Amino acid sequence: MDISVNRESLEAMRVFDLATMPLRELNSALHAIAPGTNDTNFEVVNPRGSHAVAVGIDQPVSVDVRGSVGYYCAGMNDGGTVTVHGSAGPGVAENMMSGTVVIEGDASQYAGATGRGGLLVIKGNAASRCGISMKGIDIVVHGSIGHMSAFMGQSGHLVVLGDAGDALGDSLYEAKLFVRGEVKSLGADCIEKELRPEHLEKLAELLEKAGVKDVKPTEFKRYGSARKLYNFNIDNAEAY
Amino acid sequence: MCGIVGLFLKDKSLEPKLGAMLSDMLVIMTDRGPDSAGIAIYGAPSDGRAKITVQSARPAVDFAGLEALLKPVDASVVVELKSTHAVIAADAMQAAAVRDLLAQARPDVRVMGSGDSVEIYKEVGLPRDVVARFGIREMGGTHGIGHTRMATESAVTTLGAHPFSTGADQCLVHNGSLSNHNNLRRELVREGMTFETQNDSEVAAAYLTAEMAKGKDLGQALTSALDDLDGFFTFVVGTKSGFGVVRDPIACKPAVMAETDQYIAFGSEYRALVNLPGIEDARVWEPEPATVYFWDHEKAA
Repeated sequence: MDISVNRESLEAMRVFDLATMPLRELNSALHAIAPGTNDTNFEVVNPRGSHAVAVGIDQPVSVDVRGSVGYYCAGMNDGGTVTVHGSAGPGVAENMMSGTVVIEGDASQYAGATGRGGLLVIKGNAASRCGISMKGIDIVVHGSIGHMSAFMGQSGHLVVLGDAGDALGDSLYEAKLFVRGEVKSLGADCIEKELRPEHLEKLAELLEKAGVKDVKPTEFKRYGSARKLYNFNIDNAEAY
Repeated sequence: MCGIVGLFLKDKSLEPKLGAMLSDMLVIMTDRGPDSAGIAIYGAPSDGRAKITVQSARPAVDFAGLEALLKPVDASVVVELKSTHAVIAADAMQAAAVRDLLAQARPDVRVMGSGDSVEIYKEVGLPRDVVARFGIREMGGTHGIGHTRMATESAVTTLGAHPFSTGADQCLVHNGSLSNHNNLRRELVREGMTFETQNDSEVAAAYLTAEMAKGKDLGQALTSALDDLDGFFTFVVGTKSGFGVVRDPIACKPAVMAETDQYIAFGSEYRALVNLPGIEDARVWEPEPATVYFWDHEKAA
């Protein structure tokens, strides 16, 4: 038996079975990773809807979660790559700083909330409040999103290949929203805007990063802030 | 925050396991609410028989000689004691007389629910202890709902526990809080409804009972609820043969559903569903806001 090969493969992929070990063991191991380590591939099996799976990563590790997760998966991610081979509960990738989070299934409400950077890809649908208060994160949803998405979005990009629910971009600041399908309604101070070359370029880049093929940037409409509610003006009191 | 679950079986071979399946689902939701827990189980109705589930804070006193007490009104009455609860099975024609006598002779006994098929068990404490106390795991049935409570709107008492039942074979569990329940309660009292608590969820249950009494089916009553109830809610509702789900238009209270050829299941979280058979291949989805979902055994048959 070639022990060295086995050791190498063990080091290459650490498997955490949440059916037999506590969640804290996984998250502690992720937090203990020193900069520059080679120990960068993790697999999580039997997540069974657990909360807070792989939160607080701050090194460029790769985590594959085999199954569906509950609240706050990959929250605060800073540089890691987390792939959920299933669906995610509320608050996935909440407050992401950098890195990539991919959800192969659907995501529940407030996916990517308050995210400051990185890329969140949802291959199914996202529920309400997707990208609420986004502050620099890029979110690409292959399916549709629910109501009140990108509420008070400050910066970053939300790209939706399907439809958007009611009140998209309500009280929006400078987040840029791109929707390919129907928008049920726009929120206060959110308007359709012109797709300029720099937007098409950014869309092409995000679609490619998110593994989207056969969809052209020109198929989207852009939505952004009318900038009327930034500062309180008594003439706009009705709009708040 | 509360945890709610529901299970509506399509496959009859699962019916003996309903209590066990629903208990597992509820126990997993324990950390969403530690105050009280309750389960309603819809068993097979037997012709001409009614069931009344009652509760007492002093079962040793109130349930002593209960069957003998009720026999003069209905010779066929059978009382099954389960901890602080008792299930009174009576001739359906005599059920009202049995309840009258009970209210008169044992005024401290509270009716948890009644009807042809429902049995409702609820107590202060954790789901694990509540399901063990009443032997829920051993119970079979066609559908059922459960709740574990983190109290907000009224006291932590047995009566404040869910499910709330305000009509025959009807019951409701609620995650959320209503903001117009006091006004609605006044209106329902004027229509003749009676209330046991100051709880907002009981108002929602009574509202649906009142709407169904006007001739609406469960789906139509839930649709009206979207217009008339204000606040946060995810409701799971049971009737004799039906099972319904509705969320308010904001839909911030969590909900996930799963359907296979064998069942339709509801959980506050996906965790509640992970032990169900075939969940890996189930259609799993989040119910849409302000959208009524309901299923009926009689309409399906």
